[in-house]
Amino acid sequence: MVITDELVTYLEALGRIKLPEESRAKAQSDLQEILQYIDTLSELDTEGIEPMSHALPLTNVMREDEVAPSIPAEDVLANAPAQKDNYFLVPRSFD
Amino acid sequence: MAKTTSWETVMGLEVHVELATKTKIFCSCTTEFGGDPNTHCCPVCTGMPGVLPSLNRQVVNYAVKAGLATNCTITQYNKFDRKNYFYPDLPKAYQVSQLYLPICRNGGIEIEAEGGGKKIIGIHEIHMEEDAGKLVHDPWTDSTMVDYNRCGVPLIEIVSEPDFRSANEVIRYLEKLKAILQFIGVSDCKMQEGSLRADINLSVRPVGSDKFGTRTEMKNMNSFKAIARAINGESKRQIEVLEEGGVVKQETRRWDDNKDASFAMRSKEDAQDYKYFPEPDLIPIEISDEFIENTRNSLPELPEAKRQRYVSELGLSEYDAAQITSSKYLVALFEENLAAGYPAKEIANWIMGEVMRMLSDSGKEPEEMGFEYKYLGALIGMVQKNEITRNTAKKVFKSVFEEGCDPVKYVEENNLKTVTDTGAVKAAIEEVVAANQKSVDEYKSGKEKALQYLIGQSMRALRGKADPQTVTAILKEILG
Repeated sequence: MVITDELVTYLEALGRIKLPEESRAKAQSDLQEILQYIDTLSELDTEGIEPMSHALPLTNVMREDEVAPSIPAEDVLANAPAQKDNYFLVPRSFD
Repeated sequence: MAKTTSWETVMGLEVHVELATKTKIFCSCTTEFGGDPNTHCCPVCTGMPGVLPSLNRQVVNYAVKAGLATNCTITQYNKFDRKNYFYPDLPKAYQVSQLYLPICRNGGIEIEAEGGGKKIIGIHEIHMEEDAGKLVHDPWTDSTMVDYNRCGVPLIEIVSEPDFRSANEVIRYLEKLKAILQFIGVSDCKMQEGSLRADINLSVRPVGSDKFGTRTEMKNMNSFKAIARAINGESKRQIEVLEEGGVVKQETRRWDDNKDASFAMRSKEDAQDYKYFPEPDLIPIEISDEFIENTRNSLPELPEAKRQRYVSELGLSEYDAAQITSSKYLVALFEENLAAGYPAKEIANWIMGEVMRMLSDSGKEPEEMGFEYKYLGALIGMVQKNEITRNTAKKVFKSVFEEGCDPVKYVEENNLKTVTDTGAVKAAIEEVVAANQKSVDEYKSGKEKALQYLIGQSMRALRGKADPQTVTAILKEILG
Protein backbone atom coordinates (compact mmCIF):
# COMPACT_ATOMS: atom_id res chain seq x y z
CA MET A 1 0.00 0.00 0.00
CA VAL A 2 1.30 3.43 -0.97
CA ILE A 3 0.69 6.40 1.32
CA THR A 4 -0.26 9.20 -1.05
CA ASP A 5 -0.74 12.86 -0.21
CA GLU A 6 -4.52 12.32 -0.64
CA LEU A 7 -4.42 9.56 1.95
CA VAL A 8 -2.71 11.92 4.40
CA THR A 9 -5.55 14.41 3.83
CA TYR A 10 -8.11 11.64 4.43
CA LEU A 11 -6.38 10.61 7.68
CA GLU A 12 -6.38 14.25 8.80
CA ALA A 13 -10.14 14.36 8.22
CA LEU A 14 -10.76 11.12 10.15
CA GLY A 15 -8.66 12.31 13.08
CA ARG A 16 -10.13 15.84 12.99
CA ILE A 17 -6.63 17.28 12.89
CA LYS A 18 -4.73 19.58 10.54
CA LEU A 19 -1.03 18.87 10.02
CA PRO A 20 1.25 21.88 9.58
CA GLU A 21 2.22 22.17 5.89
CA GLU A 22 5.92 21.51 6.63
CA SER A 23 5.08 18.24 8.45
CA ARG A 24 3.03 16.62 5.69
CA ALA A 25 5.93 15.16 3.74
CA LYS A 26 7.49 13.72 6.90
CA ALA A 27 4.16 12.23 8.04
CA GLN A 28 3.75 10.65 4.61
CA SER A 29 7.20 9.00 4.69
CA ASP A 30 6.85 7.97 8.36
CA LEU A 31 3.53 6.27 7.67
CA GLN A 32 5.06 4.53 4.66
CA GLU A 33 7.92 3.24 6.82
CA ILE A 34 5.51 1.98 9.48
CA LEU A 35 3.57 0.04 6.85
CA GLN A 36 6.78 -1.44 5.44
CA TYR A 37 7.84 -2.51 8.90
CA ILE A 38 4.53 -4.25 9.48
CA ASP A 39 4.74 -5.83 6.04
CA THR A 40 7.64 -7.94 7.23
CA LEU A 41 5.01 -10.00 9.05
CA SER A 42 3.52 -11.09 5.75
CA GLU A 43 6.80 -12.82 4.90
CA LEU A 44 6.00 -15.40 7.59
CA ASP A 45 4.42 -18.67 6.56
CA THR A 46 1.15 -18.79 8.56
CA GLU A 47 -0.26 -21.81 6.74
CA GLY A 48 -2.33 -23.92 9.13
CA ILE A 49 -2.07 -21.53 12.09
CA GLU A 50 -5.32 -20.57 13.81
CA PRO A 51 -5.91 -16.79 13.97
CA MET A 52 -5.62 -15.58 17.54
CA SER A 53 -7.83 -12.77 18.81
CA HIS A 54 -6.16 -12.31 22.17
CA ALA A 55 -2.77 -12.85 23.75
CA LEU A 56 -4.16 -14.31 26.99
CA PRO A 57 -5.41 -17.90 27.14
CA LEU A 58 -8.58 -16.79 28.94
CA THR A 59 -12.29 -16.61 28.17
CA ASN A 60 -15.43 -15.49 30.03
CA VAL A 61 -14.04 -13.05 32.55
CA MET A 62 -17.17 -11.22 33.63
CA ARG A 63 -18.50 -9.34 36.61
CA GLU A 64 -21.89 -9.52 38.34
CA ASP A 65 -24.53 -6.86 37.60
CA GLU A 66 -24.18 -4.99 40.89
CA VAL A 67 -24.18 -1.21 41.17
CA ALA A 68 -21.16 0.52 42.72
CA PRO A 69 -20.98 4.26 43.42
CA SER A 70 -20.04 6.53 40.55
CA ILE A 71 -17.62 9.40 41.11
CA PRO A 72 -18.71 12.98 41.84
CA ALA A 73 -19.58 15.09 38.80
CA GLU A 74 -16.89 17.62 39.71
CA ASP A 75 -14.27 14.84 39.45
CA VAL A 76 -15.72 13.68 36.14
CA LEU A 77 -15.44 17.25 34.89
CA ALA A 78 -12.08 18.04 36.53
CA ASN A 79 -10.13 17.93 33.27
CA ALA A 80 -12.81 19.48 31.06
CA PRO A 81 -11.46 22.45 29.08
CA ALA A 82 -14.90 24.05 29.38
CA GLN A 83 -18.05 23.21 31.29
CA LYS A 84 -21.49 24.58 32.01
CA ASP A 85 -24.10 23.40 34.55
CA ASN A 86 -22.17 20.14 35.06
CA TYR A 87 -22.10 19.43 31.33
CA PHE A 88 -18.93 19.25 29.26
CA LEU A 89 -18.97 22.14 26.83
CA VAL A 90 -17.52 21.41 23.39
CA PRO A 91 -17.56 23.17 20.02
CA ARG A 92 -20.89 22.94 18.24
CA SER A 93 -21.18 19.37 16.92
CA PHE A 94 -24.58 18.97 15.33
CA ASP A 95 -25.14 18.11 11.68
CA MET B 1 -45.86 12.28 -18.90
CA ALA B 2 -48.22 9.50 -17.92
CA LYS B 3 -47.09 7.54 -14.92
CA THR B 4 -46.78 3.96 -16.06
CA THR B 5 -44.62 2.62 -13.26
CA SER B 6 -45.96 1.47 -9.94
CA TRP B 7 -43.44 1.39 -7.16
CA GLU B 8 -42.54 -0.89 -4.32
CA THR B 9 -40.92 0.30 -1.08
CA VAL B 10 -38.21 -1.94 0.38
CA MET B 11 -37.05 -1.46 3.96
CA GLY B 12 -34.74 -2.93 6.54
CA LEU B 13 -34.56 -1.94 10.20
CA GLU B 14 -31.80 -1.43 12.73
CA VAL B 15 -33.35 -1.43 16.17
CA HIS B 16 -31.30 -0.35 19.18
CA VAL B 17 -32.58 -1.62 22.49
CA GLU B 18 -31.23 -0.60 25.90
CA LEU B 19 -30.96 -3.65 28.11
CA ALA B 20 -32.63 -3.66 31.54
CA THR B 21 -29.42 -4.28 33.47
CA LYS B 22 -28.76 -2.44 36.72
CA THR B 23 -25.25 -1.42 35.66
CA LYS B 24 -23.45 -0.33 32.52
CA ILE B 25 -21.87 -2.82 30.15
CA PHE B 26 -18.21 -2.30 31.17
CA CYS B 27 -18.40 -0.62 34.61
CA SER B 28 -20.57 -0.67 37.72
CA CYS B 29 -22.22 2.75 37.25
CA THR B 30 -26.01 2.72 37.40
CA THR B 31 -28.06 2.66 34.18
CA GLU B 32 -30.95 4.52 35.80
CA PHE B 33 -32.62 6.94 33.36
CA GLY B 34 -32.13 10.66 33.97
CA GLY B 35 -30.12 11.91 36.92
CA ASP B 36 -28.15 15.16 37.04
CA PRO B 37 -25.65 15.47 34.18
CA ASN B 38 -22.46 13.42 34.55
CA THR B 39 -23.42 11.91 37.91
CA HIS B 40 -23.65 8.29 36.65
CA CYS B 41 -20.05 8.25 35.47
CA CYS B 42 -16.68 6.83 36.43
CA PRO B 43 -13.18 6.71 34.90
CA VAL B 44 -14.14 3.67 32.75
CA CYS B 45 -17.24 5.08 31.05
CA THR B 46 -15.67 8.51 30.56
CA GLY B 47 -12.62 6.98 28.86
CA MET B 48 -9.88 8.04 31.28
CA PRO B 49 -6.41 6.80 30.32
CA GLY B 50 -5.31 3.48 31.76
CA VAL B 51 -8.72 2.06 32.70
CA LEU B 52 -9.88 -1.41 31.72
CA PRO B 53 -13.43 -2.48 30.87
CA SER B 54 -15.03 -5.34 32.79
CA LEU B 55 -17.93 -7.09 31.05
CA ASN B 56 -21.33 -7.31 32.77
CA ARG B 57 -22.43 -10.97 32.74
CA GLN B 58 -26.10 -10.01 32.54
CA VAL B 59 -25.55 -8.33 29.14
CA VAL B 60 -24.51 -11.66 27.64
CA ASN B 61 -27.43 -13.44 29.34
CA TYR B 62 -29.93 -10.91 27.98
CA ALA B 63 -28.46 -10.92 24.47
CA VAL B 64 -28.70 -14.74 24.34
CA LYS B 65 -32.29 -14.58 25.60
CA ALA B 66 -33.22 -12.01 22.95
CA GLY B 67 -31.59 -14.17 20.28
CA LEU B 68 -33.38 -17.35 21.31
CA ALA B 69 -36.74 -15.57 21.57
CA THR B 70 -36.31 -14.33 17.98
CA ASN B 71 -35.26 -17.73 16.61
CA CYS B 72 -31.58 -16.87 16.12
CA THR B 73 -28.54 -19.10 16.17
CA ILE B 74 -26.22 -18.20 19.05
CA THR B 75 -22.58 -17.56 18.20
CA GLN B 76 -20.64 -19.68 20.68
CA TYR B 77 -17.29 -17.93 20.27
CA ASN B 78 -17.74 -14.18 20.70
CA LYS B 79 -15.45 -11.20 20.51
CA PHE B 80 -15.82 -7.46 20.75
CA ASP B 81 -14.47 -4.99 18.20
CA ARG B 82 -13.63 -1.32 18.30
CA LYS B 83 -15.54 1.02 16.05
CA ASN B 84 -13.48 4.19 15.85
CA TYR B 85 -15.04 7.55 15.26
CA PHE B 86 -14.40 11.01 16.53
CA TYR B 87 -17.47 12.64 18.00
CA PRO B 88 -18.06 14.20 21.43
CA ASP B 89 -20.74 11.67 22.43
CA LEU B 90 -17.96 9.07 22.74
CA PRO B 91 -15.27 10.04 25.25
CA LYS B 92 -12.97 7.15 24.24
CA ALA B 93 -13.31 8.10 20.54
CA TYR B 94 -14.37 4.51 19.88
CA GLN B 95 -17.44 2.43 20.57
CA VAL B 96 -17.04 -1.16 21.72
CA SER B 97 -19.31 -3.21 19.46
CA GLN B 98 -19.31 -6.53 17.61
CA LEU B 99 -18.58 -6.53 13.89
CA TYR B 100 -17.03 -9.88 13.01
CA LEU B 101 -18.76 -12.25 15.40
CA PRO B 102 -22.18 -10.90 16.49
CA ILE B 103 -23.73 -12.91 19.33
CA CYS B 104 -26.92 -13.91 17.41
CA ARG B 105 -27.52 -14.60 13.72
CA ASN B 106 -30.14 -15.84 11.25
CA GLY B 107 -33.35 -15.39 13.20
CA GLY B 108 -36.79 -14.12 12.33
CA ILE B 109 -40.17 -12.97 13.56
CA GLU B 110 -43.53 -13.84 11.98
CA ILE B 111 -45.90 -10.95 11.27
CA GLU B 112 -49.18 -10.42 9.43
CA ALA B 113 -48.26 -9.51 5.86
CA GLU B 114 -49.66 -6.41 4.16
CA GLY B 115 -51.88 -8.35 1.74
CA GLY B 116 -53.10 -10.80 4.43
CA GLY B 117 -51.45 -14.04 5.48
CA LYS B 118 -48.21 -14.36 7.42
CA LYS B 119 -44.65 -13.53 6.55
CA ILE B 120 -41.31 -13.94 8.27
CA ILE B 121 -39.12 -10.88 8.77
CA GLY B 122 -35.57 -12.17 8.82
CA ILE B 123 -33.16 -11.07 11.53
CA HIS B 124 -29.69 -10.83 10.05
CA GLU B 125 -27.92 -10.43 13.38
CA ILE B 126 -28.05 -9.11 16.94
CA HIS B 127 -24.90 -7.67 18.42
CA MET B 128 -23.91 -6.22 21.80
CA GLU B 129 -22.52 -2.71 22.12
CA GLU B 130 -22.37 0.34 24.37
CA ASP B 131 -24.59 3.41 24.13
CA ALA B 132 -23.11 6.88 23.59
CA GLY B 133 -23.55 10.04 25.67
CA LYS B 134 -26.24 12.63 25.13
CA LEU B 135 -25.57 15.89 23.30
CA VAL B 136 -27.63 19.01 24.00
CA HIS B 137 -27.32 22.13 21.91
CA ASP B 138 -26.72 25.26 23.99
CA PRO B 139 -28.13 28.25 22.09
CA TRP B 140 -26.55 30.76 24.51
CA THR B 141 -22.96 29.80 23.76
CA ASP B 142 -23.75 28.13 20.41
CA SER B 143 -21.85 25.14 21.77
CA THR B 144 -22.70 21.53 22.48
CA MET B 145 -23.24 20.34 26.04
CA VAL B 146 -22.33 16.71 26.78
CA ASP B 147 -23.79 14.40 29.43
CA TYR B 148 -22.13 10.96 29.74
CA ASN B 149 -24.73 9.33 32.02
CA ARG B 150 -25.99 7.21 29.12
CA CYS B 151 -22.50 6.45 27.90
CA GLY B 152 -21.80 2.74 28.41
CA VAL B 153 -25.41 1.68 28.94
CA PRO B 154 -25.66 -1.77 27.29
CA LEU B 155 -27.43 -2.02 23.96
CA ILE B 156 -28.32 -4.78 21.59
CA GLU B 157 -28.69 -3.79 17.96
CA ILE B 158 -31.16 -5.97 16.08
CA VAL B 159 -30.54 -5.82 12.35
CA SER B 160 -33.33 -7.11 10.11
CA GLU B 161 -33.15 -8.30 6.52
CA PRO B 162 -34.65 -5.90 3.93
CA ASP B 163 -37.97 -7.75 4.17
CA PHE B 164 -40.44 -4.91 4.78
CA ARG B 165 -42.73 -3.63 2.01
CA SER B 166 -44.98 -1.20 3.89
CA ALA B 167 -45.18 1.03 6.97
CA ASN B 168 -47.77 -1.35 8.46
CA GLU B 169 -45.36 -4.26 8.27
CA VAL B 170 -42.69 -2.19 10.01
CA ILE B 171 -45.07 -1.21 12.81
CA ARG B 172 -46.30 -4.80 13.28
CA TYR B 173 -42.72 -6.02 13.49
CA LEU B 174 -41.77 -3.34 16.02
CA GLU B 175 -44.85 -4.07 18.13
CA LYS B 176 -44.03 -7.79 18.13
CA LEU B 177 -40.39 -7.20 18.86
CA LYS B 178 -41.25 -4.84 21.71
CA ALA B 179 -43.71 -7.33 23.21
CA ILE B 180 -41.19 -10.19 22.99
CA LEU B 181 -38.40 -8.16 24.61
CA GLN B 182 -40.71 -6.98 27.39
CA PHE B 183 -42.00 -10.50 28.05
CA ILE B 184 -38.53 -11.98 28.38
CA GLY B 185 -37.57 -9.05 30.58
CA VAL B 186 -34.48 -7.89 28.69
CA SER B 187 -35.70 -4.31 28.14
CA ASP B 188 -38.53 -2.01 29.17
CA CYS B 189 -38.61 -0.73 25.55
CA LYS B 190 -39.79 2.77 26.50
CA MET B 191 -39.60 4.71 23.27
CA GLN B 192 -40.14 8.05 25.01
CA GLU B 193 -36.99 7.40 27.09
CA GLY B 194 -35.07 6.17 24.07
CA SER B 195 -34.73 2.59 25.26
CA LEU B 196 -36.06 1.38 21.88
CA ARG B 197 -34.89 3.32 18.81
CA ALA B 198 -35.33 2.36 15.18
CA ASP B 199 -33.31 3.43 12.14
CA ILE B 200 -34.92 2.69 8.79
CA ASN B 201 -33.09 1.89 5.57
CA LEU B 202 -35.47 2.61 2.71
CA SER B 203 -35.35 2.37 -1.07
CA VAL B 204 -37.96 2.14 -3.82
CA ARG B 205 -38.00 0.11 -7.04
CA PRO B 206 -40.45 -0.60 -9.85
CA VAL B 207 -42.83 -3.43 -8.95
CA GLY B 208 -41.45 -6.68 -10.34
CA SER B 209 -37.81 -5.60 -10.19
CA ASP B 210 -35.47 -7.84 -8.24
CA LYS B 211 -32.74 -5.20 -7.82
CA PHE B 212 -32.63 -2.84 -4.87
CA GLY B 213 -32.72 0.91 -5.45
CA THR B 214 -30.33 3.32 -3.73
CA ARG B 215 -31.27 3.54 -0.07
CA THR B 216 -31.41 6.30 2.46
CA GLU B 217 -31.22 5.83 6.21
CA MET B 218 -33.65 7.66 8.49
CA LYS B 219 -33.00 8.43 12.13
CA ASN B 220 -34.68 10.43 14.86
CA MET B 221 -38.07 8.78 15.19
CA ASN B 222 -39.50 8.41 18.66
CA SER B 223 -42.93 6.85 18.17
CA PHE B 224 -44.63 4.26 16.00
CA LYS B 225 -46.82 6.97 14.47
CA ALA B 226 -43.79 9.10 13.57
CA ILE B 227 -42.16 6.03 12.01
CA ALA B 228 -45.22 5.38 9.83
CA ARG B 229 -45.32 9.02 8.71
CA ALA B 230 -41.58 9.05 8.03
CA ILE B 231 -41.79 5.91 5.88
CA ASN B 232 -44.69 7.23 3.81
CA GLY B 233 -43.06 10.65 3.44
CA GLU B 234 -39.67 9.26 2.39
CA SER B 235 -41.15 6.71 -0.09
CA LYS B 236 -43.09 9.52 -1.72
CA ARG B 237 -40.01 11.73 -1.90
CA GLN B 238 -37.88 9.03 -3.53
CA ILE B 239 -40.61 8.13 -6.06
CA GLU B 240 -40.95 11.80 -7.01
CA VAL B 241 -37.17 12.13 -7.48
CA LEU B 242 -37.12 9.05 -9.74
CA GLU B 243 -40.22 9.99 -11.72
CA GLU B 244 -38.70 13.36 -12.47
CA GLY B 245 -35.66 11.56 -13.86
CA GLY B 246 -33.45 12.24 -10.85
CA VAL B 247 -31.24 9.95 -8.77
CA VAL B 248 -31.68 9.08 -5.11
CA LYS B 249 -28.54 9.94 -3.15
CA GLN B 250 -27.28 7.53 -0.55
CA GLU B 251 -27.41 9.56 2.63
CA THR B 252 -28.61 9.71 6.20
CA ARG B 253 -31.78 11.75 6.68
CA ARG B 254 -33.35 13.12 9.81
CA TRP B 255 -37.14 12.89 10.06
CA ASP B 256 -38.73 16.09 11.34
CA ASP B 257 -42.17 15.06 12.54
CA ASN B 258 -43.33 18.66 13.00
CA LYS B 259 -42.50 19.59 9.43
CA ASP B 260 -43.68 16.19 8.14
CA ALA B 261 -40.53 15.94 6.01
CA SER B 262 -37.02 14.46 6.14
CA PHE B 263 -33.78 16.40 5.74
CA ALA B 264 -30.34 15.23 4.62
CA MET B 265 -27.89 14.86 7.52
CA ARG B 266 -24.65 13.65 6.05
CA SER B 267 -23.75 12.13 2.76
CA LYS B 268 -22.47 8.56 2.80
CA GLU B 269 -19.87 9.33 0.11
CA ASP B 270 -17.61 10.84 2.72
CA ALA B 271 -18.96 8.37 5.22
CA GLN B 272 -17.10 7.53 8.39
CA ASP B 273 -14.30 5.08 8.07
CA TYR B 274 -14.69 3.20 11.32
CA LYS B 275 -11.33 1.35 11.17
CA TYR B 276 -12.73 -1.64 13.04
CA PHE B 277 -10.30 -3.91 14.83
CA PRO B 278 -10.62 -6.58 17.56
CA GLU B 279 -10.95 -5.01 21.02
CA PRO B 280 -7.68 -5.82 22.82
CA ASP B 281 -8.96 -4.93 26.31
CA LEU B 282 -11.67 -7.60 26.40
CA ILE B 283 -11.15 -11.31 26.17
CA PRO B 284 -13.38 -13.63 24.16
CA ILE B 285 -16.65 -15.06 25.47
CA GLU B 286 -17.44 -18.71 24.99
CA ILE B 287 -21.06 -19.77 25.29
CA SER B 288 -21.64 -23.45 26.02
CA ASP B 289 -24.40 -25.67 24.62
CA GLU B 290 -25.56 -26.16 28.18
CA PHE B 291 -25.89 -22.42 28.80
CA ILE B 292 -27.91 -22.02 25.60
CA GLU B 293 -30.24 -24.90 26.53
CA ASN B 294 -30.72 -23.62 30.08
CA THR B 295 -31.54 -20.15 28.77
CA ARG B 296 -33.96 -21.58 26.22
CA ASN B 297 -35.72 -23.55 28.95
CA SER B 298 -35.95 -20.50 31.19
CA LEU B 299 -37.77 -18.36 28.61
CA PRO B 300 -41.35 -17.54 29.61
CA GLU B 301 -44.28 -18.26 27.31
CA LEU B 302 -43.80 -15.86 24.38
CA PRO B 303 -46.60 -13.59 23.08
CA GLU B 304 -47.22 -15.70 19.97
CA ALA B 305 -47.73 -18.89 21.99
CA LYS B 306 -49.95 -17.01 24.45
CA ARG B 307 -52.07 -15.63 21.62
CA GLN B 308 -52.68 -19.11 20.25
CA ARG B 309 -53.48 -20.51 23.68
CA TYR B 310 -55.91 -17.67 24.47
CA VAL B 311 -57.84 -18.57 21.32
CA SER B 312 -57.72 -22.36 21.54
CA GLU B 313 -58.03 -22.85 25.31
CA LEU B 314 -59.79 -19.74 26.57
CA GLY B 315 -62.05 -19.12 23.59
CA LEU B 316 -61.04 -15.49 22.99
CA SER B 317 -61.41 -14.08 19.48
CA GLU B 318 -58.27 -13.86 17.31
CA TYR B 319 -58.45 -10.08 17.45
CA ASP B 320 -58.86 -9.81 21.24
CA ALA B 321 -56.08 -12.35 21.81
CA ALA B 322 -53.73 -10.44 19.50
CA GLN B 323 -54.46 -7.11 21.17
CA ILE B 324 -54.03 -8.37 24.73
CA THR B 325 -50.80 -10.27 23.98
CA SER B 326 -49.31 -7.18 22.33
CA SER B 327 -48.40 -5.89 25.79
CA LYS B 328 -46.81 -7.56 28.78
CA TYR B 329 -48.90 -5.28 31.00
CA LEU B 330 -52.26 -6.11 29.39
CA VAL B 331 -51.34 -9.79 29.71
CA ALA B 332 -50.52 -9.28 33.40
CA LEU B 333 -53.88 -7.53 33.90
CA PHE B 334 -55.66 -10.38 32.10
CA GLU B 335 -53.83 -13.27 33.73
CA GLU B 336 -53.91 -11.95 37.29
CA ASN B 337 -57.70 -11.71 37.13
CA LEU B 338 -58.01 -15.03 35.32
CA ALA B 339 -56.00 -16.66 38.11
CA ALA B 340 -58.40 -15.04 40.61
CA GLY B 341 -61.21 -17.01 38.98
CA TYR B 342 -63.00 -14.44 36.80
CA PRO B 343 -64.25 -15.60 33.37
CA ALA B 344 -61.72 -15.12 30.53
CA LYS B 345 -64.22 -13.59 28.11
CA GLU B 346 -65.53 -11.12 30.65
CA ILE B 347 -62.00 -9.91 31.51
CA ALA B 348 -61.15 -9.70 27.81
CA ASN B 349 -64.31 -7.67 27.14
CA TRP B 350 -63.36 -5.20 29.85
CA ILE B 351 -59.80 -4.89 28.54
CA MET B 352 -60.92 -4.48 24.93
CA GLY B 353 -63.66 -2.04 25.97
CA GLU B 354 -63.10 0.19 28.99
CA VAL B 355 -59.36 -0.33 29.48
CA MET B 356 -58.53 0.37 25.81
CA ARG B 357 -60.89 3.36 25.79
CA MET B 358 -59.31 4.87 28.90
CA LEU B 359 -55.79 4.24 27.51
CA SER B 360 -56.70 5.90 24.26
CA ASP B 361 -58.50 8.85 25.92
CA SER B 362 -55.61 9.52 28.29
CA GLY B 363 -52.88 8.90 25.70
CA LYS B 364 -51.23 6.42 28.07
CA GLU B 365 -49.33 3.23 27.29
CA PRO B 366 -50.35 -0.01 29.07
CA GLU B 367 -47.16 0.17 31.20
CA GLU B 368 -48.47 3.41 32.66
CA MET B 369 -51.65 1.89 34.11
CA GLY B 370 -51.45 3.01 37.71
CA PHE B 371 -54.14 0.91 39.38
CA GLU B 372 -53.88 -2.47 41.07
CA TYR B 373 -54.75 -5.14 38.51
CA LYS B 374 -57.01 -6.99 40.97
CA TYR B 375 -59.37 -4.00 41.01
CA LEU B 376 -60.65 -4.93 37.55
CA GLY B 377 -61.62 -8.35 38.89
CA ALA B 378 -63.27 -6.74 41.90
CA LEU B 379 -65.48 -4.70 39.56
CA ILE B 380 -66.34 -7.74 37.45
CA GLY B 381 -67.20 -9.60 40.66
CA MET B 382 -69.56 -6.86 41.85
CA VAL B 383 -71.37 -6.94 38.50
CA GLN B 384 -71.61 -10.74 38.61
CA LYS B 385 -73.14 -10.61 42.08
CA ASN B 386 -75.59 -7.92 40.92
CA GLU B 387 -74.17 -5.54 43.52
CA ILE B 388 -73.73 -2.83 40.90
CA THR B 389 -75.04 -2.43 37.38
CA ARG B 390 -72.78 -2.68 34.36
CA ASN B 391 -73.19 1.05 33.74
CA THR B 392 -72.22 1.91 37.30
CA ALA B 393 -69.20 -0.40 36.95
CA LYS B 394 -68.04 1.51 33.88
CA LYS B 395 -68.27 4.80 35.74
CA VAL B 396 -66.43 3.38 38.73
CA PHE B 397 -63.70 2.02 36.45
CA LYS B 398 -63.00 5.56 35.26
CA SER B 399 -62.09 6.51 38.83
CA VAL B 400 -60.10 3.30 39.29
CA PHE B 401 -58.10 4.05 36.12
CA GLU B 402 -57.61 7.74 36.79
CA GLU B 403 -57.08 7.75 40.54
CA GLY B 404 -56.21 4.16 41.33
CA CYS B 405 -58.97 3.91 43.95
CA ASP B 406 -60.28 0.63 45.33
CA PRO B 407 -63.63 0.02 43.57
CA VAL B 408 -65.21 -1.85 46.49
CA LYS B 409 -64.58 1.08 48.85
CA TYR B 410 -65.53 3.57 46.16
CA VAL B 411 -68.91 1.90 45.63
CA GLU B 412 -69.45 1.76 49.38
CA GLU B 413 -68.47 5.38 50.03
CA ASN B 414 -70.50 6.77 47.14
CA ASN B 415 -73.51 4.59 47.89
CA LEU B 416 -73.61 3.13 44.38
CA LYS B 417 -74.89 -0.35 45.20
CA THR B 418 -77.83 -1.58 43.18
CA VAL B 419 -81.09 -1.22 45.06
CA THR B 420 -82.17 -4.82 45.52
CA ASP B 421 -85.06 -4.04 47.79
CA THR B 422 -87.95 -4.41 45.27
CA GLY B 423 -90.25 -2.53 47.64
CA ALA B 424 -88.01 0.54 47.40
CA VAL B 425 -87.74 0.19 43.63
CA LYS B 426 -91.49 -0.12 43.34
CA ALA B 427 -92.08 2.94 45.49
CA ALA B 428 -89.73 5.04 43.38
CA ILE B 429 -91.39 3.92 40.17
CA GLU B 430 -94.85 4.62 41.52
CA GLU B 431 -93.79 8.18 42.23
CA VAL B 432 -92.50 8.57 38.67
CA VAL B 433 -95.75 7.18 37.24
CA ALA B 434 -97.83 9.57 39.38
CA ALA B 435 -95.76 12.55 38.28
CA ASN B 436 -95.90 11.75 34.55
CA GLN B 437 -99.56 11.17 33.79
CA LYS B 438 -99.13 12.43 30.20
CA SER B 439 -96.52 9.78 29.36
CA VAL B 440 -98.62 7.12 31.02
CA ASP B 441 -101.58 8.06 28.79
CA GLU B 442 -99.38 8.06 25.70
CA TYR B 443 -98.07 4.60 26.57
CA LYS B 444 -101.58 3.31 27.07
CA SER B 445 -102.58 4.69 23.67
CA GLY B 446 -99.78 2.56 22.15
CA LYS B 447 -96.71 4.81 22.11
CA GLU B 448 -93.73 2.56 22.98
CA LYS B 449 -91.45 5.59 23.21
CA ALA B 450 -93.31 6.81 26.28
CA LEU B 451 -92.26 3.63 28.09
CA GLN B 452 -88.59 4.35 27.37
CA TYR B 453 -89.07 7.81 28.83
CA LEU B 454 -90.65 6.40 32.00
CA ILE B 455 -87.85 3.84 32.36
CA GLY B 456 -85.33 6.66 32.01
CA GLN B 457 -87.08 8.75 34.65
CA SER B 458 -87.29 5.77 37.01
CA MET B 459 -83.59 4.96 36.58
CA ARG B 460 -82.78 8.59 37.25
CA ALA B 461 -84.95 8.58 40.40
CA LEU B 462 -83.04 5.47 41.51
CA ARG B 463 -79.71 7.14 40.58
CA GLY B 464 -78.89 4.33 38.18
CA LYS B 465 -78.62 1.85 40.99
CA ALA B 466 -81.36 -0.52 39.89
CA ASP B 467 -81.21 -3.26 37.33
CA PRO B 468 -82.93 -1.85 34.18
CA GLN B 469 -84.68 -5.16 33.47
CA THR B 470 -86.23 -5.23 36.93
CA VAL B 471 -87.33 -1.61 36.54
CA THR B 472 -88.96 -2.36 33.17
CA ALA B 473 -90.78 -5.36 34.54
CA ILE B 474 -92.13 -3.48 37.58
CA LEU B 475 -93.11 -0.50 35.45
CA LYS B 476 -95.06 -2.69 33.02
CA GLU B 477 -96.76 -4.37 35.93
CA ILE B 478 -97.86 -1.02 37.41
CA LEU B 479 -99.06 0.26 34.05
CA GLY B 480 -101.01 -2.96 33.55
